[in-house]
Amino acid sequence: MATGKSSTLTKLVIVALGMFGFGFALVPFYYKICEVTGINSGDEQSLVKNTQVDTSRWVTIEFDANTNEGLPWQFKTTQRSVRVHPGQLVQVEYEVANHSDHAIVGQAVPSYGPARAGAFFKKIECFCFTPQTLAAGERRQMPVLFVLDPSIDKDLHTITLSYTFFNTDPRAQTARLPEKVPHV
Amino acid sequence: MSDAAHAHDAHGHHAQPTGIMRWLTTTNHKDIGSLYLWFSFFMLFVAGSMALLIRSELFEPGMQLMRPDFFNELTTMHGLLMIFTVIMPAFTGFANWQVPLMIGAPDMAFPRMNNWSFWLLPVAAIMLLGSFWLPGGAVAGGWTMYPPLFIQGGVSYDLTILSVHIMGLSSIMGSINIITTILNMRAPGLALMKMPMFVWTWLITAYLLIATMPVLAGAVTMLLTDRNFGTHFFNAAGGGDPVMFQHIFWFFGHPEVYILILPAFGIISQIIPTFSRKPLFGYASMVYATASIAILSFTVWAHHMFAVGMPVAAQLFFMFSTMLIAVPTGVKVFNWVATMWKGSMTFETPMLFAIAFVCLFTIGGFSGLVLALAPVDIQLQDTYYVVAHFHYVLVSGALFSIFAGIYYWLPKWTGHMYNEALGKTHFWLSVIGMNTIFFPMHFLGLAGMPRRIPDYALQFTGFNQIATVGAFIFGFSQLLFLVLVLKTIKSGAKATDQVWEGAEGLEWTVPSPAPYHTFETAPVVK
Repeated sequence: MATGKSSTLTKLVIVALGMFGFGFALVPFYYKICEVTGINSGDEQSLVKNTQVDTSRWVTIEFDANTNEGLPWQFKTTQRSVRVHPGQLVQVEYEVANHSDHAIVGQAVPSYGPARAGAFFKKIECFCFTPQTLAAGERRQMPVLFVLDPSIDKDLHTITLSYTFFNTDPRAQTARLPEKVPHV
Repeated sequence: MSDAAHAHDAHGHHAQPTGIMRWLTTTNHKDIGSLYLWFSFFMLFVAGSMALLIRSELFEPGMQLMRPDFFNELTTMHGLLMIFTVIMPAFTGFANWQVPLMIGAPDMAFPRMNNWSFWLLPVAAIMLLGSFWLPGGAVAGGWTMYPPLFIQGGVSYDLTILSVHIMGLSSIMGSINIITTILNMRAPGLALMKMPMFVWTWLITAYLLIATMPVLAGAVTMLLTDRNFGTHFFNAAGGGDPVMFQHIFWFFGHPEVYILILPAFGIISQIIPTFSRKPLFGYASMVYATASIAILSFTVWAHHMFAVGMPVAAQLFFMFSTMLIAVPTGVKVFNWVATMWKGSMTFETPMLFAIAFVCLFTIGGFSGLVLALAPVDIQLQDTYYVVAHFHYVLVSGALFSIFAGIYYWLPKWTGHMYNEALGKTHFWLSVIGMNTIFFPMHFLGLAGMPRRIPDYALQFTGFNQIATVGAFIFGFSQLLFLVLVLKTIKSGAKATDQVWEGAEGLEWTVPSPAPYHTFETAPVVK
């Protein structure tokens, strides 16, 4: 009887110790499961997938940059056009340089061709949201981050996005800045 | 160990120390069983008082009685104490008293280890309770001990981890003892498939304990090293993952749920045949159902954490495996009802509690099925619906089965019949009080009241007030139970050896009260 009891005891103690080890073995097991199934990886969880992209269509967007004559700045696009799907997040850069010998505050105003395309531009970030101050001789790259609304009219295949920089100092202007900057 | 135990058995009647030393050094299964049960009874009042404080604060919206952090300490400690120092020790107490008597063994397999398993528990309980007076107060992060809260708390969190280690050690030692006793010390002729259901359910429970308690010990050890030794198992700042703790914890936690209910199934399966005067319907299916529940319990843990996010395939797997458990549980409920069917039933207090168990545990089981539905669970996660669910299975399930078992075996233990009128009063107050507390919580949960929060929106006031009134009825009626037990020990009608007309089994062949040493020569079971 005593040997029967002690052998049962030995077996049960081994099981208990084994399960203590199993608790720790669950740690690498957990990470392996996550890795194999791709559940817990950072890219899967932190980047939300954009499901709104309409890959069946292409729209060409052409960029145009102008300065009002009262503003001694050089303003240009870094690329002439991009071809995008509606719904896709697009980032483009503009470049601006102040050639005068003093700091100037400028404000960019957008316009669209055709004008009805403006309603479908969803701008997330734009240098035209705020007045820009450039020191004498300063050169700067400025981004525009936007999404073209997927509900954009089917017949719009090419859109022109044009910016004009105005000097915010009223004395320097020949053409006046519009009373109210259109909401962009 | 086993040699020493053997030598002790051989000597039998040596000089007994008296007073406190008798209880500190006892290796007698009946003494240790009583110690477990008294400890559990005392802790029921301690943890129950915490519940009454919680319910008092929730009687009205707004903060009345306590600071919110003390409320959090109360909910956390109420949970930990009720599980680890009330329900589990009570069942172990039953096992100590009844398993040797039911299988015709003279004592447990390792009596000295048995003494250790018990005396570790008060130490662990003192550490847990003492942490209320430490700087920062007791643990307040919920009984589930989730990081990151649990790796940020004060010194009481370390003390709680140590206390959980000790309670786990106690449970593992107790389980080893129970399994070894059942496997090696049955009376000649008592085949496994002839064992009383209570012995069967405890055998399976003990295996569950040995398989899962060490996993909990591992999980809290990781918390301890995260807190004090610079590891990063769960600390996201060091590349760890707090969600992993939930997986490891519930890998222990769900089998733990069945550890808390399988012995209850066993007690109920003893009582219903006795008072129906019929053998248990479907004995073999009862054994297989218990074993299936135990095995399935390892495959369902993530239903506790649907809301933390997991792939749809995993949600479906855990949802369906959880629902699968309803099948063996349904077999059990069916068998109990079928045992009563056309039986010559009488309704003494143990039977009343057993019938209440069958009805109310089933309500808890059904709300469990509702929560098993992943899309519903995401709505109901951490609401009072969950609180209602697990109190239906733990109060009207586990606790009622403990009451039933005490009433059932108390005459055998004390030699006296309890006062039936007092017993029935206790039953009706308990069953009405219990439903008054927890039934309205279903509505509160469905309406969106979150759990573990000391304040609530005005529209929840009515149901909360009903629940608080019920809590005081239920709480104070347990004093009646204490009086009843004390009276039965001191006096009462003399109990016969068989005690109940329909009772069958080896424990009813020994005199009442059961002598200090029983079955020193093994009985033969035909």
